[in-house]
Amino acid sequence: MSFIPVIKSEFPASLLQSSESHDHSDADLIQSLVFQAWLNEKFSPELMENKSELVECVMEQLTHMEENLQRVRKGDVKASVHRMEIDRIRFVLSSYLRSRLQKIERFFPHVLEKEKSRADGDPSFLSPEEFAFAKEFLANTEVYLRNVALKHMPPNLQSIDMLKAVPEPCLDSFVFLRVKERQENILVEPETDEQREYVVDLDKGSQHLMRYRTIAPLVASGAVQLI
Amino acid sequence: MSLLTLRRNFFNVHVITTTKIYRENCLRWYIGDLASYDFIPKKYRHLSATNKFTMFCEKAVELIRELHRMGDGQLPAFNEDGIRQVLEEMKALYEQNQTDVNEAKTEGKSELIPSIKFRHSCLLRNQRCIAAYLYDRLLRIRALRWEYGSVLPTTIRFHMCAEEMEWFNQYKKSLATYMRSIGGEEGLDITQDMKPPKSLYIEVRCLKDHGEFEIDDGTVILLKKNSQHFLPRWKCEQLIRQGVLEHVIS
Repeated sequence: MSFIPVIKSEFPASLLQSSESHDHSDADLIQSLVFQAWLNEKFSPELMENKSELVECVMEQLTHMEENLQRVRKGDVKASVHRMEIDRIRFVLSSYLRSRLQKIERFFPHVLEKEKSRADGDPSFLSPEEFAFAKEFLANTEVYLRNVALKHMPPNLQSIDMLKAVPEPCLDSFVFLRVKERQENILVEPETDEQREYVVDLDKGSQHLMRYRTIAPLVASGAVQLI
Repeated sequence: MSLLTLRRNFFNVHVITTTKIYRENCLRWYIGDLASYDFIPKKYRHLSATNKFTMFCEKAVELIRELHRMGDGQLPAFNEDGIRQVLEEMKALYEQNQTDVNEAKTEGKSELIPSIKFRHSCLLRNQRCIAAYLYDRLLRIRALRWEYGSVLPTTIRFHMCAEEMEWFNQYKKSLATYMRSIGGEEGLDITQDMKPPKSLYIEVRCLKDHGEFEIDDGTVILLKKNSQHFLPRWKCEQLIRQGVLEHVIS
């Protein structure tokens, strides 16, 4: 997917600056972070770390841009390109939140279990609102299954273990990635009786196709970018 | 005590059967085939009397097949009858097991244990099939919220049972609460913007009368059937999904 960069130099600076004077570069930084988070979330088989501060920043930016747009003279060509920019950012944000929600719904028992069993210092994978949504989804589904079928079944079969019934995310699926920071000695295949251990070095800027499980910690730390 | 044989079937669930029951079941299937020929060994004549081969859990698998046949996320009518039959079969199996378990305990008849295990496997398989059927329907209903919005067309609503409607309403509410909480202010409707924005304005044709429609700069457009307009894309998305407008790609 190619993103046509918006020709920011054509805009009067006032259009993009909010009243709290975010810098041009700040806005750019936040937007590139959102693009990266969006791509990572889209191509990863499991739910990535929660980035609610980023989401809040982008929402703020969007509201400021909308406000500024209202003040521009109607029919101005720059306004329509600016409107396009707002649409693009809103699409990226929506798509990001949608893929997160989809994963939460698909793996709801595992996601909830992970959140319950994490230690206090560990980063959270769900925002408080997502956690509430996941809990409601679980309760809703359980109530439904119970009322339609389970309560009519023999007494020893009236419950279903959701953790076993709902499949886990497949961490062995292959993903494309681009390396942002050079990595050495990444263990691809462990040593077994039949094969020696298979280790690679990842050079900066190179692109690979690997199993997600191998590079999962690198995606979380930002050393590689999923594409 | 007869030997236990393991048989793998459709969903990879091991069904433990006694050799006798297994042989009978296999023979029924085999004889179903043979019935088209004239030769059936005398001692199995009684089995060929039934044309339809019935085995435990067949109705449950039929439910799943029914869903599998309707591809593309369509929602068929809720098969209340099918579920009722499977639940009745489960009840019968359970009661048979209860009596057998009591007999085995009091009279020490351990040769009943294989058939008890067999019936228990059938019960588990029935439970799993029903759960799979109901859960797959829920996934299809969930997809309907994202495609049609909060109000479902009446044709689809007829295919849903009361509990499914309840699930749908709860899901709508959860989703709305979540969307309102995004970003800390008014929230964001993430059911919009499903496709990347390609152009600012699009050509649309009106499929039915929708009345007046106001766009951002204040102009009011009358949406009459078969009229064509050049409108901002973000305003039309909702109406296109509802079927009021149609995107014209020339």
